[in-house]
Parts: sequence; C-alpha cells; structure tokens
Amino acid sequence: MIEDSGYARTRRTLSASAKLLSALNLDGPLLVGLGLLALYGLAILYSASGQSLDTILRTLIRLALGTAAMLALTHASPNFLRRLSPWIYVLGVMLLLVVELTGAIGKGAQRWLNLGIVRFQPSEVMKLAVPMLAAWYLHDRPLPPDLRALLTLAVIIFLPAGLVAMQPDLGTAALIAASGALLVLMAGLSLRIVVLLLGLAVAGAVGGWHFLHDYQRERVLTFLNPETDPLGAGYHIIQSQIALGSGGVFGKGWMHGSQAQLQFLPERSTDFIFAVVGEEFGLIGLLMLLALYLFIVARSVWLAMQTNDTYSRLLALSLALTFFVYVFINAGMVSGLVPVVGVPLPLVSYGGTSVVTLLAGFGIVMGLYSHRKLVGS
Amino acid sequence: MDSRVRIKDHWNEQRIFTQRTLGAAVVIAVMVLTLIGRLTYLQVWRHDYYAELSQGNRVRLDPIPASRGLIFDRNGTVIADNEPAYQLELIREQVPNLNDTLRRLTALGLIDRDELEDTRRMIFSRRSFDSVPVRLRLTDEEIGRFAVHRYQFPGVDLATRQTRHYPYGQLGVHALGYVSAISVQDLEHIDRVTYAGTALIGKLGIESTYERSLHGKNGFREILVNAQGRSVQREGAFAAELHSQAPIAGDDLMLSIDLRTQQAAEDALGDHRGAVVAIDPSNGDVLALASKPGFDPAAFARGLSRAEYAHLSEDIDKPLFNRALRGTYPSGSTIKPVIALAGLTYHVVDPNRQEFCAGVFHLPGSIHLYREGKGGKHGYVDLERAIAKSCDVYFYGLAANIGADHIADFMTPFGYGQLTGIDISGEKPGLLPSPEWKRKAFKRPQDQIWFPGETVNFGVGQGYLLVTPLQLAHVASVLAERGRSFRPRLVTGVRDLEGNVKPIAPAQVPSIDGIATDAWDLVLRGMKGAATYGTAAAISKGAGYTIAGKTGTAQVFTVGQNEKYVEKNVAERLRDHAWFIAFAPAEAPRIAIAVLVENGGFGASSAAPIARKVMDAYLLHETTSPATEIAVPESQASD
Repeated sequence: MIEDSGYARTRRTLSASAKLLSALNLDGPLLVGLGLLALYGLAILYSASGQSLDTILRTLIRLALGTAAMLALTHASPNFLRRLSPWIYVLGVMLLLVVELTGAIGKGAQRWLNLGIVRFQPSEVMKLAVPMLAAWYLHDRPLPPDLRALLTLAVIIFLPAGLVAMQPDLGTAALIAASGALLVLMAGLSLRIVVLLLGLAVAGAVGGWHFLHDYQRERVLTFLNPETDPLGAGYHIIQSQIALGSGGVFGKGWMHGSQAQLQFLPERSTDFIFAVVGEEFGLIGLLMLLALYLFIVARSVWLAMQTNDTYSRLLALSLALTFFVYVFINAGMVSGLVPVVGVPLPLVSYGGTSVVTLLAGFGIVMGLYSHRKLVGS
Repeated sequence: MDSRVRIKDHWNEQRIFTQRTLGAAVVIAVMVLTLIGRLTYLQVWRHDYYAELSQGNRVRLDPIPASRGLIFDRNGTVIADNEPAYQLELIREQVPNLNDTLRRLTALGLIDRDELEDTRRMIFSRRSFDSVPVRLRLTDEEIGRFAVHRYQFPGVDLATRQTRHYPYGQLGVHALGYVSAISVQDLEHIDRVTYAGTALIGKLGIESTYERSLHGKNGFREILVNAQGRSVQREGAFAAELHSQAPIAGDDLMLSIDLRTQQAAEDALGDHRGAVVAIDPSNGDVLALASKPGFDPAAFARGLSRAEYAHLSEDIDKPLFNRALRGTYPSGSTIKPVIALAGLTYHVVDPNRQEFCAGVFHLPGSIHLYREGKGGKHGYVDLERAIAKSCDVYFYGLAANIGADHIADFMTPFGYGQLTGIDISGEKPGLLPSPEWKRKAFKRPQDQIWFPGETVNFGVGQGYLLVTPLQLAHVASVLAERGRSFRPRLVTGVRDLEGNVKPIAPAQVPSIDGIATDAWDLVLRGMKGAATYGTAAAISKGAGYTIAGKTGTAQVFTVGQNEKYVEKNVAERLRDHAWFIAFAPAEAPRIAIAVLVENGGFGASSAAPIARKVMDAYLLHETTSPATEIAVPESQASD
C-alpha cells in the first residue's frame, strides 16, 4: 500500500460507489443530475422565499420523502410493477372520486385529500398510474396499437384527466393527459392520427371554450394580450417578463432581484420561480438550469432505451418525456410562450406533492433499467 | 380477432421505439431552441426596456414638502412659523377597501363623522398613489390610538409634516389670514404637481395673497417600495441609484404691521364689533389692521370640523368677516374735512364767516327739516369751529352750495368709492354716489333723480355713501400728507433663502393738486380743534403729542322727522356705528388711523379712545394703562 496513488484511491472509491449504486439499483449520472438540480433549486428557493429557512426545511423534508420513494421503487421489478399497475390506477381513480365528493378545499379548488397528518393530491398519483396502466395495456399487444387499443387507451387516459380537470386543475390534467399521450405516441401512433387528433384538439379548444371556468378563460385571454389588464389577470405575465428581461445575461445577483425580493413577482417561490432564476442569475443561469433538465431527460431516455420489454420502455420513456413537458410548460408560461397554467417547475418550485411523485417516477425509471433483462452477449 | 392473435414483432417494436425517440429528440430540440430564443429576446434584446420597467416598479417619487415661508412684523418678530405635527395620510391605491377603512377610522374617532363624505371626495380628487392627508394635527392620545390599530390599516400611515403655527394666536388674523387643508375647490386652480406633498394652502389675507411666495418649491426623494407600495429599507441592496432633490423653502415675508400697535388695536376694540386700520402716511405701511371679533387661525390649520366651521360662519357677530377691508358703512361726519376742502377749493365758502346754527337746517324750497345729528345747537360757528364741533347745519348748507357733482369729483382722488389697492385680496370699494351714478344705478326713472336733499345729506356723510375702515384710514393719511398718498401695503419686503431681504418700494399714487395751503392749514386746525376743544376733546388729555381727528356717526336706523335719536331707546344692533379718523403728531404725522365701532353710538365716546390707545402704542411705544383710561363724559360727546 506504499505506492497507493491518488489515482488508484479515486478508482477504488469510484468502483466502491458504483457497487453501492448498483446494489441500490440506482443510476449514478441520473442521480448526480437530480442532486445538482435539487441543490440549484434550494439555492434559488432560499432567495425567492425571502431567506425563509422554514421553506428550505419543508422542501428538504419533501426531497427526503421523494428520495425514500425513489429508493423503494428502484427495487420493484418490471413484472411486479406491471402486475400492480391496474390496482394503483383503480385506487387512484377512486381517490379522485373521493376528492371530487368530499375533498378539502384548497385554494378554492378541490385537490387535496386530508389524511389527518398529511394532505396529499390523488391527482399526483395519476401522473404515474396513467402511464403505468397504459404501458400495462400495451405490453402484450402488438405495436403500433390498433384502433380498438387506441380507444381503450383514450378511456384510460381521459377518465382521470377529466376528473382532475373538473377539480379544476387544468395544469395537472394536461400533464396527466400528456404522460398518456406521449406513451401512445412512443408506442408508434400513426402520424396521420396525430395530425387528425391535433385538428380535433383545435376544434375542441374552440368548442370547449364554453366549458371553461371564467378564470381559465381569463388566463387564455391575458396570455394572448397581457397588457389589457396589467393589474389584474395580466399582472403575473407582465411582472414575470419584467423579472426575466431585467435580469439580462448575467442577472442581478443572488438575492438581489428586485422583482422577486420586493414582491412584485407573484407566486415567486412556486409557479414563477423560473423568473427568479432569470432575474437573479440571468440568461446564463437559465441556460445552466435548462442544461441540467436536458441532461436528466436525456439520461432517462437513454436508460429507457436500454430496457427491453415493452412495458418498461413505454413507461420509462413516458415519464422522461413528461418531465420535459413539465419544464417546457413552466418555462414557456413564465416567459410568455404558453398560457399561464398552474404547472410548477419540477424539483425547483416550492410545495405540492409533485417532488415526491417526480422522484418516485425517476425511481421507477432507474428500477426498470437495473432490472432489465440482459439480452445478447 | 386477427389482431388479437397477432404475434408481437420485437424487431418492429425496436424500430418504432428508436424512430420515435429520435423524433422526440428533434421535437425537444426545437422546443428548447424556441425557449432559448424567447429568453434571449427577453433578456438580451429587450433587456434595457425591462430593466427600466423594473426600476420604475420599485422606485416611487415621494414628495418632500417645502417649508412654508415665515412671516415677520416690522420689528422682526415672528408672527407665523411652522412646527412639526403628526398627521394621518392615506394612499388610495394601497387601501384594500376604502369605504371600510374610512368607516373604521371614523369608529376610532380619527375622522369626524360629519367629514366622512368630504374626506372621501378629497381622496378621490387626488391621484390614486398620492398620499392624501385625511386628518391633521393628531394629539398624542390619537397617535397612540392609531398606532395600536395600525396593522389593520394598510395604506394609512402617520406622517410628520410641518404645520402652520401662529405664536400670537388670534392677533392680526384678519391681516394674516390662515392656512387650511387643501380643499377640492382649491385643487381646481392649483398645479397638482407643484402641490404634491403639500397639505396646507393659504386662505385669506397675507397667507392667501402671497401663497406663491410662501409656498416654496417641493422637493422629492425616490424611495424603494415593494409591490404593496410600502416603503422598504433594505441595507444598500437596491438603494444605490436612488435620487432626491431637496425642497426649496418659501420666501419669508416682512410685514409693515407693528405687533405692539396691532395688539393695542385689538385690545382696545375688546368685545366690540369693529375695525381699526392704522397707516404710516409717509409710505402707506399698514401698521395695524384689526377686525373684531376674530378667530383662531390655528383651528383651520388643525382642521376644522363641520360643526366648528358652522359655528364660526353662522355666528351673529361674523368673526370670519373682515370688517377692515370688507365692511362698508356710511362715513358719517368723518367726511367733513374733505367737504371743507372742497368748499374752499371751489371758493363757495368764506372760512371766516360765522354761520348761525339753530340746530335745524332748512333747504330753500323744501319743507324737510335737517337736524343736528345729536340735537342741540352750536350758535355762531366759522368753518374751523364747524369741523371741530362737527356742526351738521353748517355742512348741510356748505354741501348744498358746492353741489353733488362737485363733491363727488372732489372726493374721488381721496379714494372714496375705489379700492385702495392694498396688497391682500378681498377689499370692497364702498360707494361714492353722484347724480350720474344714480342715473346708472337705478332702473325706475323716478329713482334716478338726484334730489337736492341728498346733496345736503352728502355733506354729513349719510345717504348712499359707503366707506370701509381701510378707505378712511387712507383718507386720514391723505389728509395728514396734504394730498400725497401711497397705496396701503402689508408686505414691505421678501427675504429669500440666503437671507437677502428684497425691499418692496412704497407705491405712491398721484397726489391731489389744486388745494391751497391755506385750505389744508384750516382743515388741520379744524381737526386739531376737534381733538382739543371739539367733539373729541377728551382724546388729547395727557397725550404728549398733538392729534388731528374727526369723529363720525354712521346711521343704521333712520330717525323719524320729528323724533330725536335716543340711544337707550334703540336696540343695541340698531344703534349708530361710531367712527373716528385721526393722524398724529398733527404737525409731522407718523400715523393715520381709522376706527370703526359697530353700533358704538357716537364716535367720540367709543371710537376715539380706541384710536388714542393705538396711537399711544405706536408713538409712545407703550400701551395705555388702565389708570390713564380716557373717560369721555356724556355731556361732551356731541357729534
């Protein structure tokens, strides 16, 4: 051990880490990506919340819960998960119905289920349950899915999405629908049908206008022209764009964003935290954030591609891509590319059960990868 | 059925996954690039624009009111200054529910219930982000009461502001005027930007007329605010580029008022309703301008409740009414020196010829009898004695001989019927009648005729003639200076911030020419006589300087043809008004004065002693002590 070089020591440490990770069914790069993102998120949250240690503590607790869920789910084998899928789905839909009937009121909308100590959103469960059931359904069937399969999938996806939309939580409903739709798309849905569905969606959007709540319509209208109501519904968009724009390339510095610190920016530690990053860390900070997200998505997609059963691939791909949709909708809404829908910035925005769900989702992805059947050589 | 038994084609599935994943990668790349494009647009291309918006968001201009100019008397004594006081201010756009907030402030007793509507209108007349004073001058107890409930009132805050302070209280209020909260009506004629942050505006008198000089120029300071508009102080973080501009205090005014003389005038008037105006005849400086009753100007600066204001404005004694400038009364016999000058100038009188006064004047061709004002008879009197003894019969005849047109023409340059042009607003011109005036003033032809009897009455200052105390003080100063006169003025100089006093030159008005020195001498003798052996003989006792004066009585109540005016039979408010005009020292006049006592009866008994006290205060620099109180025996008072 005399000639024990630093290099060798590093190698040994790395291989020990690798052994530990593999024993835990974890993926190193993805874990590092998530860890960096969580740290970045905590730093910005500390600033956005006005140096609230309480907020940081609560977020750490959620991260811990999410990590626990992740570690647990990495041990689930694809077969076990697949067999469990219908039950989770049924349970989730039932919980949604319970919320619909007796749910506690949170922010004027019925989203929460109070379990005494913990309040949790059944709609979060559906973000995982919908792609799980869809993947379960397609597992034994030939791809691309035929029309009959597609109709079944439509029911699987839009039943819970509809229930969530009725709560009304349009953002989560959209994400649930997106997770299912992306899965079907990855399963080889004919592009002709995609075009047809897009056409129908536009028609439906026009027709569905009448079924929207007033505040939902307002959001769409103010997205199209925020200046019409600068102090009312357009306030969020205007203030978030001021925050982003005034941040410039290098930002105003950590905890020096006047839009955020002086409370001009609404929802600054939740849905609009992306604007705080832009104001305080500038374009560079945002590009770093986007790079982290892209790395996580890319790594997840790569892991998904390594699995070799239909269920695993579809589920893992769906979760990875839904994660990206999350990021895009939030960033797009803050920067004025898409209407304001209540979608948090994944793993960075404060609050909600989404941290737990997301980390659980990555746990599933890692588990599916580490339990893949090694074929070939 | 066929599809059910279709065998899963793993190779095909692999191909689908790969294709779709690549497709997804492309779509993701496009979306990310779109996003980056948007962010670049906002953060690079439009950075300057948004940086400015962000700056505008958090920086608000907070006006710093300029300190109002001070007012000094002629000896440099401060008679109006500023003192700090707490006031309650409200910013409309920060108040969540204005009606509810006002209601709760009322419940706390911080806004008077009667003023709620006015306050609300006031708030809505200002810009929504202006800080509007809703209550001035809180007491310590009220400050405490608000402080306890402060958290319930977002958008409402305590502010220290300078408020007007009058160290001598009511003294000189009708000359000084007062300041009060800017009203909705005021806002219609002031520049809101200039007055942003100003709570008080001058009303009446010096405070109003010299508002522009006194107000100064408000400054501003940029303050850091959060989204609720509350000022936030955070150590240096955003404070670096905040600007401010110091306010420029208003100019100080130096008045001609002599505080001692003013005090003597107000003390001497006491509880009487009346007015005193004293002028330095050599330059028009107003030494004292008093009107009684007065009121407390501090009450207005503090904020008068509706009830308090109603009490003041409905008071039968009219304390808000400036009698010195706006009270118009018949001149009574104070006109006689001027009539005498007219007679001498038009050569219709031989000053040495003795006329017999039997107590009644009979105008040829008329059955109307013109009586001595107070009855009695003077026997043989010449012009000097007629002035001194104020013989009505003599002047009835003299006036008839001069003629109304000539009298009116002659009196015009003395300032009758015109504004004196004093440098505070609100003055009334009074009325100088003439046959021509009567033709114009009345509609019905029978009213347009000037009757010879009206000329007779003109000679003793009754009838249509109306004068203000200020006008008569001016007339007294013209008599004192033998035709030379100046526009009366209160402000003699303006002191700027550096302490340089810019004096205002006295404004001379054209002198009256064409009156012989002999005529002036004779009238002076007559007026000196009035103050020594005549109607106001008692006034000169122990004076130590010579006084030239003239008493007067303005009729309020017309006495019937065959009745005698008996003072005690007439209700107090129907009694005659008493006048006294004078100047002293008679040979080299330093003060000219007019005193009016409403319903004071005869000029000699009530008005003349007041004039003496005022002249003593100015000329001897002392107030008349009670021991030397001038008592006028009833028998001597004949007017």
